[in-house]
Amino acid sequence: MAGSNPNAKPMNLTLNVWRQPSPKAQGKIVEYQVKDISPEMSFLEMLDVLNEDLLHKGEDPVAFDHDCREGICGSCDLFINGRSHGPEKGTTTCQLHMRKFSDGDTITIEPWRANSFPINKDLSVDRSAFDRIIQAGGYVSVNTGGAPDGNEIPIPKDIADRAFEAATCIGCGACVAACKNASAMLFVSAKVSQLALLPQGDVERKTRVENMVAQMDIEGFGACSNIGSCAAECPVGISLENIAILNREFLTAKATSNNLA
Amino acid sequence: MSWISKTFSSSIGRKIVMSLTGLFLCTFLVVHLVGNLQLFKHDGGTAFNVYSHFMGTNPIIRTIEWGLVLGFGFHIYEALMLTRRNQGARPQKYVANHSEQNSEWTSRNMGILGSLILIFLIVHLYNFFWRARFGGLDKIGGTDVETRDYDNLYMAVVSSFHVWWYVLLYVAAQFSLGYHLWHGFGSGFQTLGLNHRKYTPLIKAVGYGFAVVVSAAFAAMPLYFFLFTDDNGQLTSAVSPLVHSLTLALK
Repeated sequence: MAGSNPNAKPMNLTLNVWRQPSPKAQGKIVEYQVKDISPEMSFLEMLDVLNEDLLHKGEDPVAFDHDCREGICGSCDLFINGRSHGPEKGTTTCQLHMRKFSDGDTITIEPWRANSFPINKDLSVDRSAFDRIIQAGGYVSVNTGGAPDGNEIPIPKDIADRAFEAATCIGCGACVAACKNASAMLFVSAKVSQLALLPQGDVERKTRVENMVAQMDIEGFGACSNIGSCAAECPVGISLENIAILNREFLTAKATSNNLA
Repeated sequence: MSWISKTFSSSIGRKIVMSLTGLFLCTFLVVHLVGNLQLFKHDGGTAFNVYSHFMGTNPIIRTIEWGLVLGFGFHIYEALMLTRRNQGARPQKYVANHSEQNSEWTSRNMGILGSLILIFLIVHLYNFFWRARFGGLDKIGGTDVETRDYDNLYMAVVSSFHVWWYVLLYVAAQFSLGYHLWHGFGSGFQTLGLNHRKYTPLIKAVGYGFAVVVSAAFAAMPLYFFLFTDDNGQLTSAVSPLVHSLTLALK
């Protein structure tokens, strides 16, 4: 069965999947065979097929994170063949399609690996560290009203565009997963630059960057070495320029804020 | 003063110290390289010895020297602290990790490159700096009243650079330095927040050029003495006419 494309031939694949029954348990790679995979399936649909097989056999299905399956929610988070979200650039795992693989391929699937992202089960990780960083300052306290009120504040088009680019971060954690240091600076920088660029975010810009960086350090993420693997693997193309903005914001805040603590 | 200690013990604060000390050490490389170019002057080492005497005795240089010690010290200290944090951030490695598909080898291995440079630095300081500062070098001698009591560092250079393994160590170290600078120069600007879509490509290009020129020029020194000079630093007869004609052409 090969979907609607008559030229798409079904594939048989070998999967090396990280299985770990609980957060503290010892995990290991387990090999599975999946058959008749359509090249038009998404990667997650291929895992659904695997889980169907496992359920039929009475085995425990593989746990993995997913939600919208449209590439916008940031829930899916697989490290596929040594890359965040797999081999295709600018793509989340749910938007990665099996046509990127070939019949007979062996695919290694692992969870994000970071001390700050503990494994829930199998491929599912706990990314609440990101939530706590956002809670530390990734918001504006003023009530900005509805869309008409927001549009009352004139913002130059190029500034609005740059803020929007930063705002496209879906918080999936691919940057942390790809970074040699498991650093969260691309994620933090996207929110800091987005809000620093806009007048609504200007009011709290100093406390925001101080608190978010402090929380990032408390969570135990690594430091940025400007390697660039984060931006290279980011599914929405958040650029390293944001990390430079974060550094600038941090230096300025530390040098000029009224916070002595 | 807790805000100061908090700033400099944060991940970004430590990176800022890394970047400032790293860029400061780049300026040192320029001064060191330009001074050492006098090794290529065909005057039996006089110019180089006068220069090294000046560097070893001038009070301003001696004061800046302490800045250099601090620069190296903080650069190494912060590297250790950041490496410890970064390794703790991912205690369990991936079974399969193809980082070569998303980043450069040099960028991921600054610690290894820096450690190789540190080993070289210790050997290098012991052989030249230590002997120049704390004795162990012959005097220039001769008839010039002003310079005859100066240390003859030039001859120490010449004799060291006729030892094959020493030359090999130096050239290998320059490869490490070159790759370290290849990433480090541009990275220093990025950490300071100096990233702009107009200037960053230029900064990166200058960094790549800086890495190649500085490491190649330093590597040329031991190779030059090993390949082209005799035990007294005089050009061997085979290359002498060529250099002579080059010198004439430049005049």
